[in-house]
Amino acid sequence: MKRLTPYLLALPSWMWLAVFLVVPLAAMASVSLQTGNAIDGFAMTFSFSNYADALGRYSTQLVRSLWYGGLATVAMLVIGYPVAYWIAFKGGSRKSVYLFLLLLPFFVSFVLRTISWGFLLADDGVLFGTLKGWGLLPADFHVLATTVAVVGGLTYNFLPFMILPIYVALERVDPRVVEAAYDLYASRTAAFRRVVLPLSLPGVFAGVLMTFVPATADPVNAQVLGGTGNTMIGNIIQTEYLTNLNYPTASALSFTLMAVLLIGIFIYARALGTENVLEAAAR
Amino acid sequence: MAELNRAELNAIELDGVVKEYLSHGEVVQAVKGVTLDIAEGEFFSLLGPSGCGKTTTMRMIAGFEEPSRGVVRLHGADVTNVPPNKRDINMVFQSYALFPHMNVWDNVAFGLKQRRTPQEEIRRRVGEMLEIVDLAGREKRRPREMSGGQQQRVALARALVNRPRALLLDEPLGALDLKLRQAMQIELKRIQREVGITFVYVTHDQSEALTMSDRIAVMNDGLVEQLGGPREIYEKPASAFVAGFIGTSNLLTGVAAGGVLELGGGRVLVPGRDGEVTVTVRPEKITISLDKPDGEVSVVPGTVGEVVYLGTYNSYAVRLGDGTEVTVFQQNAHDATTTAERGDPVWLSWPAQHSYAIGSRSTP
Repeated sequence: MKRLTPYLLALPSWMWLAVFLVVPLAAMASVSLQTGNAIDGFAMTFSFSNYADALGRYSTQLVRSLWYGGLATVAMLVIGYPVAYWIAFKGGSRKSVYLFLLLLPFFVSFVLRTISWGFLLADDGVLFGTLKGWGLLPADFHVLATTVAVVGGLTYNFLPFMILPIYVALERVDPRVVEAAYDLYASRTAAFRRVVLPLSLPGVFAGVLMTFVPATADPVNAQVLGGTGNTMIGNIIQTEYLTNLNYPTASALSFTLMAVLLIGIFIYARALGTENVLEAAAR
Repeated sequence: MAELNRAELNAIELDGVVKEYLSHGEVVQAVKGVTLDIAEGEFFSLLGPSGCGKTTTMRMIAGFEEPSRGVVRLHGADVTNVPPNKRDINMVFQSYALFPHMNVWDNVAFGLKQRRTPQEEIRRRVGEMLEIVDLAGREKRRPREMSGGQQQRVALARALVNRPRALLLDEPLGALDLKLRQAMQIELKRIQREVGITFVYVTHDQSEALTMSDRIAVMNDGLVEQLGGPREIYEKPASAFVAGFIGTSNLLTGVAAGGVLELGGGRVLVPGRDGEVTVTVRPEKITISLDKPDGEVSVVPGTVGEVVYLGTYNSYAVRLGDGTEVTVFQQNAHDATTTAERGDPVWLSWPAQHSYAIGSRSTP
């Protein structure tokens, strides 16, 4: 009985996972192989051609999603690392205040935040309208409905998910270890490159995962900030499912996206050195 | 110009060094003016309770803290404002501060790599150093896969491999258990003799400092209370603080006349002293006897209180006529004659040279 206790305690979470993750996934996998239409119903025909059709029609959007997700992730890393570094090492007693400020936008709904960004970036909005009024920008200057707007929105919306894990990793770096590097003749740059950066890599790894995956799959930013040329795979899945009621194609696209992301993560983990990352993370 | 002879210069000189911090808008002095000369090849200890300024003093030598006032010199050169990575000095940190993501070899090679030492030389010197600290064959281990004692030796090797002009050690044995600590004390002393480098050792453990040091600076409240060899500091404490901090000590206070301090029906010899005086005498210097001893010695009567059997010796708490409590250690030697018991009236005696009059500046 005693040996079973941990398993029994874990049972509710396993049930939860089974009911709300495994069952829907299995259902979706099944739907992705069916044929039919919304009126007459769908029947299982094991038509793997659903995948080929979906990919054939929407490969542009899939590649674009990965491209936008990647661009946003790089932007978040470039902006987020210095912020995390600054809070961890220079934040002093106000660290929690800065972290709170970082999370403050989350008290507003995700969609609403994105729409406000739309207002901000509008051609005649607060920012560009004013600048144009002062003659600092040409009258035909616009950002909304471009790649920049969508990638910018993704970057803005997911930035805290990049900063927080990096901050946690940097916070755990023993300042004496950094002092030891200085003591052993390392310049500030060398101490960062050889000691601080490697020790923060698990945070970077986690941050990239936590931002790249949702950013790539996100439909909201492309819909609110993008134009017709910026459609991402999330939008397609949404339209196929909710508007066209083409459940098999939507499911096939979802699975394709999941597979592509999983393979990408696997390659990424390999490249960054799973061993190093996991080892350092397990420390 | 004559060439400078390094051996004639002090390894480390502190000249009126002060460190001030701003804490809640108030200026706090962690170090209130320390002047020290540490000779080349010396094993020098900074000893004192926590908060006495010993660690801050060492961090100023290492370059992690800049003195608010005063000068730090290494081999005659003023390094007061030189950053730590430009100082020819290395440090062994209290918690070792090994690089957790590097194996033993890379940890030890770090300093040499930073100095762009040729590959071949790095290989040779790291190998030799790992031999010295008895870690050959463990190059690929990560720090967290090693015991505290092994990590300690990696930290030592990582510093010594650079052949610094001086090595700073910040309570390096604090995290080890007693057995290992004693073994490492001997080990450290051996390594220091072997490499011939100046060691500056920071500790709050008086027995550690007495065992290993050539000289000790006893620090209290940001100042050096006494500077001297272990024997001198133990036998002739310069202040009540030092007497109390180093080992057990008895303090006798009174007014002396003509080199004699009358105390509770007895006399304490304080040659050349007159007026208010405080005298220290170590518990093991006192002889306890049932009959009044003769001769030119200090003699005071008292009553035995607690007697504690401690294996190699007994500890007696003896109350004097004026209420002062005196601790006496007596060896359990084969010829031990006295068997004083609780409540017995006894005589305490010791030769004049074992009581030492101190200028009482502060109490522990």
